[in-house]
Amino acid sequence: MSSAGGPRYDEMLNDDGSVRAAYADFRHWYDGQDVAWLRRQDVEAERFFRRIGITFNVYGDDAGEERLIPFDMIPRIITAKEWRKLTRGIEQRVRAINAFLQDLYHRQEIVKSGRLPVHFLRENEAFLTQMIGFTPPGGVYTHIVGIDLVRTGADDFMVLEDNARTPSGVSYMLENRETMMQMFPELFTKIPVRPVSDYPRRLMRSLQACAPSCAGSRPSVAVLTPGIFNSAYFEHAYLADQMGAELVEGSDLRVCNGRVQMRTTEGYKPVDVIYRRVDDNYLDPLSFQPDSVLGVAGIMDVYRAGGVTIANAPGTGIADDKAIYSFMPDIVEFYTGEKPILKNVPTWRCSEADSLAYVLDNLSELVVKEVHGSGGYGMLIGPTSSKKEIADFAAKLRTKPANYIAQPTLSLSTVPIFTKEGLAPRHVDLRPFVLVSPDGIDITPGGLTRVALKKGSLVVNSSQGGGTKDSWVLDE
Amino acid sequence: MLGRAANGVYWMARYLERAENTARLIDVGFHLALTRSNRSSQEEEWRSVLTTTGQEAGFLAKNADVTGAQVFNYLLRDRDNPGSVLAMIENARTNARVVRTSITNEVWEATNETWMILRELLARPVRETNLGEVLSTIRRRATLVRGAMEGSMLRNEVFNFARIGTFIERADNTARILDVKYYVLLPSVAWVGSSLDNVQWDTLLRSVAGNRVYSWLNAGAMDPRDIARFLILDGRFPRSLVFCFEKIRSNMAGLAKQYGGEVQAHQLLRDAGCRLHDTNIETIFEGGLHEFLQDFLGRTYRIGESIAADYRFTA
Repeated sequence: MSSAGGPRYDEMLNDDGSVRAAYADFRHWYDGQDVAWLRRQDVEAERFFRRIGITFNVYGDDAGEERLIPFDMIPRIITAKEWRKLTRGIEQRVRAINAFLQDLYHRQEIVKSGRLPVHFLRENEAFLTQMIGFTPPGGVYTHIVGIDLVRTGADDFMVLEDNARTPSGVSYMLENRETMMQMFPELFTKIPVRPVSDYPRRLMRSLQACAPSCAGSRPSVAVLTPGIFNSAYFEHAYLADQMGAELVEGSDLRVCNGRVQMRTTEGYKPVDVIYRRVDDNYLDPLSFQPDSVLGVAGIMDVYRAGGVTIANAPGTGIADDKAIYSFMPDIVEFYTGEKPILKNVPTWRCSEADSLAYVLDNLSELVVKEVHGSGGYGMLIGPTSSKKEIADFAAKLRTKPANYIAQPTLSLSTVPIFTKEGLAPRHVDLRPFVLVSPDGIDITPGGLTRVALKKGSLVVNSSQGGGTKDSWVLDE
Repeated sequence: MLGRAANGVYWMARYLERAENTARLIDVGFHLALTRSNRSSQEEEWRSVLTTTGQEAGFLAKNADVTGAQVFNYLLRDRDNPGSVLAMIENARTNARVVRTSITNEVWEATNETWMILRELLARPVRETNLGEVLSTIRRRATLVRGAMEGSMLRNEVFNFARIGTFIERADNTARILDVKYYVLLPSVAWVGSSLDNVQWDTLLRSVAGNRVYSWLNAGAMDPRDIARFLILDGRFPRSLVFCFEKIRSNMAGLAKQYGGEVQAHQLLRDAGCRLHDTNIETIFEGGLHEFLQDFLGRTYRIGESIAADYRFTA
């Protein structure tokens, strides 16, 4: 089953089968390699990942079972020109998201202007009343953003999703590159690939620049993880290690003397910036979910008094909600005064009667997603679903329409993967990582390319059998 | 460093050491089983392996007989045994994951690989034919992790906590082995000098990897009192109580220096150190070897507890 919605754009090959300029050098190298040797390298890569422990835990599986996200060794290549345009679009979008959050938690001009109906805030759990009237240190809400992009043509990149809470996957961007450089060092002498390895250092600097005013000249930064059973624990540990930050759990922290302090072997010491990989709900049992043991009791009071920076700020989830997503073109225009550089995927809000009727009539051609869902769970992909699956989904949709949005099934671009039979095209997306601080917006040249390993599949999520690739941005 | 991280490296090192010690004990039990034809004396040896590792009760709750294959499978891989080598390696690895940011990549990878290899090796019941391979793999892997720590870690608090964990575990292990077998070293036992004794003494030395060194030092001659002196007081032997305590002392001194002061554990350690240094083997035997060892085990335990509390291992 191939994807619907028109011809598919392959990033390596032209329609006539010739190789595009971006891939020319790589393809030249590839064609000169012994396939048996490449196969051995492929097996070697998996062994390497296991040994260094890049694994993730799949929820619902046997406790403690760790899996590898499959790694495909054919790089995804982006030209300097394409990247320039993408970064302009991403920067614009991220600026708009921060301005939007600042506005939502203060004057709500966008609501007053009539561009965003107020019920989208009121009925949204991601909108935190605790944040109203409060400005985070440095005015930054989303310190780390991951923008999910899909491509449907030579010049057609679209934003599929904004990840403004706690985007994950950056460790794969770094380790995939590391692996490629170990396996094929000569490639990097032949092809000018922009480095990504300084991301952790940039992240540290960016977070330190957002420290509260009570911090000293060298603000202390800690990564807050839910612990070793969290699916992204590897990444939390990896980042903390590379940044030179402490990796803390909720039980290491407590509030005293108006600061958040961590329990060290020498007693309690204040933390200035907390890069939390814990959801809003679990952050503070006094403010949110009372039975949470992952967070720190009283941290929100310290935060609101300016005693600590929390990255990303609580309540940023409102900006990456899928219903809000459908307003993004308006949001970008409202806050930047510019036309959006990156397109949105056309989105029907099922809460609206007209849209719902259209969606119900065209389910077999649409992708329907839960407004608050993530990870590829709870969605319907019309073209690949059976009649019964579609009928069942329609019933759910009718019961709770406001819970869903629908989008056309996009013809995602393909990039080759390495298979036993040689190169074979598979659908991909791209998540570049963006850092925001008062010093500016910093986009690492590259990102995480997720790839659907099954032929024809459009689902790239690792929880649904997707893999990853190294993503190259070519130097000018 | 975080108290939780100190706890993590300390226990990671302890579990690795304990896994290795268990492998050694099994090796000794197995060795005896090969050299002894008498079934009841074999059983006795396996029982003492269970006693030394503190797992006799758990084993007997599941097994009616004490046979070699049952004992070593229980100690190596039984899912119901939280103290199995496999469980300890898993614990060591879990702790290593917790403190991933405090240890070097070399140490993490060596630990992770150890877990991967042993999980595979212990996936099926171990038979006498591959027991040797399993045991030597455990020893080699433990050596590798120790080597990775030695060769790649900064000599700071993290290293100190790991070393303290290693040597508290090792001191505890040596003292336990001695205490379970102390009677074979007592002069009152009737069959002194018989060949049986030689086997018993050899076993004792073997279980702390000291048989060859001891023979070398003494040109093959064996004397029970001298064996006790060797295992307790010889500062050159890396499994003797004095050696272990000297390592604990120097690492605790390292902590005091970095933190600019001592904690209660330092005093407990000094007291225990005095008991070891201001004595000789005659005095120990006069006061009773068993009593001495019991006192030592109690002190070591209290030092461990005090370190955990003084350095805020838990909230």
